[in-house]
Amino acid sequence: MSVEFSFLLVQALSGLASASSLFIIASGLTLVFGVTRIVNFAHGSFYMLGAYVAVSIVPWLLQIERSPTLFFVGVLISACVVGVLGVVMEILLLRRIYKVPELFQLLATFGVVLMVQDAVLYFWGPLDIAGPRAPGLRHGVMILDQRFPAYELFLIAAGPVVLGLLWLLMHKTRFGILLRAATRDRDMVGALGVNQALLFTGTLFLGAFLAGLGGALQIPRVSASAQMDLSIITEAFVVTVIGGMGSIGGAFLAALLIGQLQAFGVLIFPKITLVLVFLLMALVLVVKPWGLLGRPESTAGHTALPEGIMQPRGFAAAEKLLLLLAVLAAASVPIFGDTYTIKVATEVLIFALAAFSLNFLVGNGGIVSFGHAAYFGLGAYASGLLVTKLGMPMEPALIAAPLAGGFFAALFGFFIVRLQGIYLAMLTLAFAQIAYAVCFQWVEVTGGDNGIVGVWPSTWAASRSAYHYIVLVAAMAGILALRHVIYAPFGASLRAARDSAQRAEAIGIDVRTHRWLGFTIAGAAAGLAGGLYAFSKGSIDPTLLGIPLSVDFLAMILLGGMQTVMGPVLGAAAFHSIKDIFMPLTDHWRFLLGASIIALVLIFPRGLGGAYAALRARFSGGAP
Amino acid sequence: MAETVLEVEGLRAGYGPAEILFGVSLRLARGEVAALMGRNGAGKSTTLKAIMGLVPPRAGRVRFAGRDIAGLAAFRIARLGLGYVPEDRRIFTDLTVAENLEVGRRSAEGRDPWTPERLFEVFPNLASMRHRRAAAMSGGEQQMLAIARTLMGNPEAVLLDEPSEGLAPVILELMAEAVLRMKREGIAVLLSEQNFDFAAAVADRAYVIERGEIRYEGSMAALDADPALRAQQLAL
Repeated sequence: MSVEFSFLLVQALSGLASASSLFIIASGLTLVFGVTRIVNFAHGSFYMLGAYVAVSIVPWLLQIERSPTLFFVGVLISACVVGVLGVVMEILLLRRIYKVPELFQLLATFGVVLMVQDAVLYFWGPLDIAGPRAPGLRHGVMILDQRFPAYELFLIAAGPVVLGLLWLLMHKTRFGILLRAATRDRDMVGALGVNQALLFTGTLFLGAFLAGLGGALQIPRVSASAQMDLSIITEAFVVTVIGGMGSIGGAFLAALLIGQLQAFGVLIFPKITLVLVFLLMALVLVVKPWGLLGRPESTAGHTALPEGIMQPRGFAAAEKLLLLLAVLAAASVPIFGDTYTIKVATEVLIFALAAFSLNFLVGNGGIVSFGHAAYFGLGAYASGLLVTKLGMPMEPALIAAPLAGGFFAALFGFFIVRLQGIYLAMLTLAFAQIAYAVCFQWVEVTGGDNGIVGVWPSTWAASRSAYHYIVLVAAMAGILALRHVIYAPFGASLRAARDSAQRAEAIGIDVRTHRWLGFTIAGAAAGLAGGLYAFSKGSIDPTLLGIPLSVDFLAMILLGGMQTVMGPVLGAAAFHSIKDIFMPLTDHWRFLLGASIIALVLIFPRGLGGAYAALRARFSGGAP
Repeated sequence: MAETVLEVEGLRAGYGPAEILFGVSLRLARGEVAALMGRNGAGKSTTLKAIMGLVPPRAGRVRFAGRDIAGLAAFRIARLGLGYVPEDRRIFTDLTVAENLEVGRRSAEGRDPWTPERLFEVFPNLASMRHRRAAAMSGGEQQMLAIARTLMGNPEAVLLDEPSEGLAPVILELMAEAVLRMKREGIAVLLSEQNFDFAAAVADRAYVIERGEIRYEGSMAALDADPALRAQQLAL
């Protein structure tokens, strides 16, 4: 009995230690969101940079003297360095995007994530770097009959200390009082003579400092690695969303909950602790849509959504001709192109369908999904698993792909469409990460990180050319079907619900059901695209569900113009071709992609289509 | 007339494609109270917001304390000594009364600065709720706090948007008292108002705005004494 008790106690303690670490990171994220209303994807990158800077600075300091003081001095210096990087990001980027729609803010900060990833590889190399252990805290402490690392005990204390210091800062200093005021009404703070720009810069310093501190404190426990950013950012998102975005106390509470859930969940479901965490989040959001201690967001004065499709119009004669030419071109690729060109063209068609289905949600429905790749990937896994594990032929496996995508979209969408704005986007991301985690962790079935190879088409479709025609037919059918729905009354209802859910309800539209159905349809289409992709590549792996692919899809519709019906097709073609041409030419593809996404958000927020329309309006002398 | 502290000429402003102000001109002398009156949607609030830089002016000149301020950021205008009390009060509900005052605090140059203690003399109701969260205050108390918060910036002039809106008669008297006290302290006040009696009780001069243009300018006393003129101008 006492053995069991001491074991549970140690388990609870390690839960507290991870809660502390998580809280320190999430507090910075929630603080930055509270004041600037920007969900900063790059917060995870700050955490990673904190760890990398610390593994560089701390060992150097410890060479001078192996003292605990110097260890913590090194940790604090690292956090400060990262804080300064946060200031740089605020001045160069965030300052320009405070007024743009949330989706663009997320995309732009994700651009920073990509750039930092490549920068880290450039400066620190691809290998993980183990950090030194903290002098004076290297021993174990006996708790009942169990050994518990002293450093973990220190971490347990660190969380509440940071919470206390933050409380003092927020309540006892003018800076903190201004921050809290700005969290509620930043324009009024400006009207009272406070320079918001400085306040925001200060906030970013503090936020990035906390992320950097969180990362630097981890170095005795985990090696600095280039994958730290995305894994921590999803956890930090979950903590801030459960706690209520902008609430530091809520973040603390949520971190405690998640720490314990992980510590004990691992005993019951060792493989799916991530799933438990996301389930908790889904549950909390259904009961309390603004998190435990959060409050309804005042959307006044903020354009939450990018401009979407207004009034879809039919094709003009010239456009019909263009379309015909495009289809003919796509159809003639196998005749004139080499194998490689055919492969690229096939992928363009597949991504066109996926991007079109995403814009069906974003541009037409105003549902900003940050995890659309999940349904693409689930479709791919459904097809791939049926073929390789059950020996099914390609044809039924391809039919299963949209069913799987649609099924999971219906399941996740049931929760997702209850929310709005940034919470909705976070939940789409969370569900996508659940799906990703399952594919990644359930090695026996999914092959884990490596995925599964041998997903080949039936013999008659095995040649590149034949498969290209299958994809051409299937993708066109999918796109035309979705386009038809956009033009149908159902599509108009979705647009009405997007522009004003309240008014749509008032004229008798069941907004939630419409959005749910819309989400399911888009998921099914993405699933079909995923199934087609699996056979074209011959394999499946978890990257098909990952955030980067979701962002690729978003970049495609951003590039093509979300306010146009056919733009996403163009965007997919442009994005994938550019990627295909430039990716082999550079080692810093991610850096380039990140910078391009940021440039796109800053310079052409309405996409290529929008830029073209603006140019035409200017030269025809019409109103801007 | 005394030295002009605020001068607006041909101010145009609007939201997106909607034009609201079509060339508003008005002036405010040091230490006077002027009322900007008009119906809902006439452009009263937009005038004040455009002066304050909260709505970007599209054309026209705004001079305050001898400087052109049109196009400056709101915080720069506030720092020059122009205070603003918004129509919907916009106090920080999460903060206590004392903290709300702290947000408004700016150092005064040369003269006796406003302190929470001095403000509690003007607004005795606030003194007892210093550490109360502003969310737990009545509308009238919030209105007082909104004025007190702006005064903490030691402004030379204050733009007061509909101070009487939604207030009980007892509170109205306190509010009028506060406006007159500001005047005695040498602070010029431009208030937008629909409540004629309130405006008549505090203002020296009156402007009537309609569809984004000033239609009448004159002394408050003249407007008050002449029911025909009042009916013609305000359609009361």
